[in-house]
Amino acid sequence: MTGPEFKPAIDEYTLYIRITIKNMSLNGNVPPGPLGDKWTKYRSSMPLVAPNNKRRIEVIIVGTGLAGGAAAATLGELGYKVKVFTFHDSPRRAHSIAAQGGINAAKNYQNDGDSIYRLFYDTIKGGDYRSRESNVHRLAEVSVNIIDQAVAQGVPFAREYGGLLANRSFGGVQVSRTFYARGQTGQQLLLGAYQSLSRQVSLGNVTMYNRHEMVDLVIKDGKARGIITRNLLNGEIERHAAHAVVLGTGGYGNVFYLSTNAMNSNSSAAWRTVKRGAYMANPCYCQIHPTCIPVSGEYQSKLTLMSESLRNDGRVWVPKKLEDAKAIREGRMTGLDIAEDDRDYYLERRYPAFGNLVPRDVASRAAKVACDEGLGVSPSGLAVFLDFNAAIMRYGKSVAHSRGLNESDDKLVKKLGTEVIEEKYGNLFEMYEKITGENPYVRPMKIYPAIHYTMGGLWVDYNLQTNIPGLFATGEANFSDHGANRLGASALMQGLADGYFVLPYTIGTFLANEIRTPMIDADAPEFMQAEKDVKDRIDRLFAVKGKQSVESFHRRLGKIMWDYCGMSRNAEGLIKARKLIQELRDEFYRDVFVPGSNDEYNQELEKALRVADFLELGELMTVDALDRNESCGGHFREEYQTEEGEALRRDDEYAYVSAWEWNEGNPTLHKEDLIFENVELKTRSYK
Amino acid sequence: MDNMTLTLKLWRQKNANSKGAFETHTLAGVSEHMSFLEMLDVLNEQIINEGKEPFAFEHDCREGICGTCSLMINGYAHGPQQGTTTCQLHMRHFNDGDTVTIEPWRSQAFPVVKDLVVNRDAFDRIIQAGGYVSINTGQAQDGNAIAIEKEQAAGAFDAATCIGCGACVAACPNASAMLFTAAKVSHLAQLPQGEVEAAKRAQKMVAQHDQEGFGRCSNITACEAECPKGISVAHIARLNREYISASLGSETQVN
Ligand SMILES: Cc1cc2nc3c(=O)[nH]c(=O)nc-3n(C[C@H](O)[C@H](O)[C@H](O)COP(=O)(O)OP(=O)(O)OC[C@H]3O[C@@H](n4cnc5c(N)ncnc54)[C@H](O)[C@@H]3O)c2cc1C
Ligand code: SF4
Ligand code: FES
Repeated sequence: MTGPEFKPAIDEYTLYIRITIKNMSLNGNVPPGPLGDKWTKYRSSMPLVAPNNKRRIEVIIVGTGLAGGAAAATLGELGYKVKVFTFHDSPRRAHSIAAQGGINAAKNYQNDGDSIYRLFYDTIKGGDYRSRESNVHRLAEVSVNIIDQAVAQGVPFAREYGGLLANRSFGGVQVSRTFYARGQTGQQLLLGAYQSLSRQVSLGNVTMYNRHEMVDLVIKDGKARGIITRNLLNGEIERHAAHAVVLGTGGYGNVFYLSTNAMNSNSSAAWRTVKRGAYMANPCYCQIHPTCIPVSGEYQSKLTLMSESLRNDGRVWVPKKLEDAKAIREGRMTGLDIAEDDRDYYLERRYPAFGNLVPRDVASRAAKVACDEGLGVSPSGLAVFLDFNAAIMRYGKSVAHSRGLNESDDKLVKKLGTEVIEEKYGNLFEMYEKITGENPYVRPMKIYPAIHYTMGGLWVDYNLQTNIPGLFATGEANFSDHGANRLGASALMQGLADGYFVLPYTIGTFLANEIRTPMIDADAPEFMQAEKDVKDRIDRLFAVKGKQSVESFHRRLGKIMWDYCGMSRNAEGLIKARKLIQELRDEFYRDVFVPGSNDEYNQELEKALRVADFLELGELMTVDALDRNESCGGHFREEYQTEEGEALRRDDEYAYVSAWEWNEGNPTLHKEDLIFENVELKTRSYK
Repeated sequence: MDNMTLTLKLWRQKNANSKGAFETHTLAGVSEHMSFLEMLDVLNEQIINEGKEPFAFEHDCREGICGTCSLMINGYAHGPQQGTTTCQLHMRHFNDGDTVTIEPWRSQAFPVVKDLVVNRDAFDRIIQAGGYVSINTGQAQDGNAIAIEKEQAAGAFDAATCIGCGACVAACPNASAMLFTAAKVSHLAQLPQGEVEAAKRAQKMVAQHDQEGFGRCSNITACEAECPKGISVAHIARLNREYISASLGSETQVN
């Protein structure tokens, strides 16, 4: 199972590949006992904070997405004094709002053999055996409570005619466990959390700080005790103190510049804690989503996802013949002109057991292979078809049958089928048409993979606590649960699990020891120093007075990341990328132009601070990807593949979590060995 | 068309306290495939390369769902294309040589922050006044304990799709936020979980609405026409019903 070992050549590049490796395994603080009992037992034996003490304990939460919003509402309900921060103008705007397809839960309402164990197993396998068993099992356990909670909040999930909750399927699984609210599941779940949060604000338990960006973490006596924020309306730098700090600040997909993430999503909150000593885990694990609208021009700054739920009914294909693909690219033919026999439904062909519903990493790489072979169908050559015609006809026939209409009237069947598809995916089809100007009910959609989600994130133990005592991370901001690849509809599940049902308990393990700690003083020297550091950083950016826009640096960084640390990677490219990023960072501090001043609403300054951090995180990602001499999940190293081109994992050497301590030029790798007691490590197969 | 030239008249305003004015720019090389905001990105890049300050405008998801983008475009909230947010509006709906006027939302309750950016905190406070179901985490019964008719759930969903963008306010001659307020009241009132508090909720949210300085609703329905999510004014009727039942039933009358 071993591939060729990479031996760096002693040449000009060696300078750029310096890292230090620590060999003692990090402790994930996983409680003892059988897998199925761990959480229940642990939860009931955890130290509690009494109600009268909770009122004297302050908690800062950064982020109001599903993770942060849910945590803030719940901690407020429990009686803690909570302060919540978001850089958005309202908590409801967090990036979670954009999630489309759905949320998983092991309810087994469909009676199709689902169970907590199956959800656990699917998630471990889907993550290519690179996640912590105990965390994933807990996630599967609490998944069922999330649905109950959301329904009680008034989340209008899709329902069947009998009035019960409806489900659909997502990639990488063979049961139907995904709950959804049309193509706007994230919106509805976030509004549920937002409303609960609003209630706590109105009750005075939570203080809300909109348009406040966390720009630094404050550590006092070894514990996280506060944050520094910039008020985005007037530039004021503020010090906020608390007994503990929780991040729910989302992922870092925008390091690639072009991604499906909202434009303002960024890594700075997490990265600032890394600069203060927190470990960044598995930064190279990025998810590339197979179904996004392809890039159309240079001016583009954002890519749009077409939900994975579409793969329930859409069939992915490219022409079999190179000349057909060429004719389509040149506009001489369309997908409709290609006869059935001349189409290659390559997912169904290569993976008959899962077909179009293989996991994202597998589907993305297969699309890349097809396009690399010259079979792409957009002018750029980077697109494949996602075709709904078969589904439209199938649904149409079934409706015609049930209504006693003529099933062989193709026109009628098509009309009826189109109505079914419209009900299921209407808003997605409409969005596709608005963006591309093409009608996807008639012509097959064109799609291509794009950066979508980051499995890596702050290293946390079983309590969701980072290596800095008192600093917790939830949702996409932490690394837990998804290993090297996340299954569809599992991020909403994880964010809400962390926020509603895990953190509110586990934070007690830290806070129970803090009941005698008086209110933290925001004028303490550590706070003053952190505030000064921030001001110096801002002054430094303005002082450059260069010629190039912040955006242009971000775009260039994104291109390096996509070319060398994207869908497939190799040692040579990664070494080169690290050097290129270091050079770009130098250039940034020599030639960036940040207009305006600090003491006003200044979007360019906001961006500059974020891009400066991306320029460091990007480097760490290449370092991590280079260290991991194997292919797993979203991390595909060309040197490590099977003869059929599938990912080649190397469990003997790489079954660990990489937790990086950042030092410029020489990051240190801490490893957490992954111990599998309940599942057997197998080569993932979806055939 | 791939190479349109546009004349853009954009609102410049340093901050809430200063007076604003229009500034005119010419932008060449606009492609029909660009979104409206991508067109503004290109303009801003051009301005930055001249060493000047770009126009501030807000956006985030660029998928029509977060409600962050705004802009009055040629006098229409989110532009002349119906059922479309500004971020989803594409340049194929404009012609070479067009003059396009771009302004912020105009309403007393949405003060200008800078250029094209306004402050919509008032919406958060309306929700805080009662736009929720009073339930704590962990108190819920099984999700399938109460069956809800498919149509009824869909009706609640239609109201719940409001993105909180504020176009309804910008479109309304009275600057009323009744469509926004009604969407939340109606969403929750149509579900058994939210029905219990429906009347009280309507009363509290309307009181907050008025306190924020939004105008009264006089059934002009411009809001519905410009709402990017097609929220229907029928929800305002439902709000009125809940409101009246609250006023009749409660001891502390709200007028
Ligand atoms: C287009 C799209 C569709 C998706 N669809 C699905 C789906 O169908 N199912 C699924 O399970 N997952 C889906 N995902 C993934 C999922 O939406 C995200 O992983 C998840 O919502 C992240 O939630 P979060 O709470 O961790 O972070 P976010 O929702 O990103 O929230 C981050 C919060 O942190 C705040 N913040 C960040 N930095 C700072 C700072 N420095 N200072 C102050 N505040 C800060 C932000 O303001 C925001 O409030 C989708 C993702 C995308 C991009
Ligand atoms: S009702 Fe429509 S216009 Fe008003 S805030 Fe909601 S989505 Fe925007
Ligand atoms: S930017 Fe999110 S709705 Fe327009």
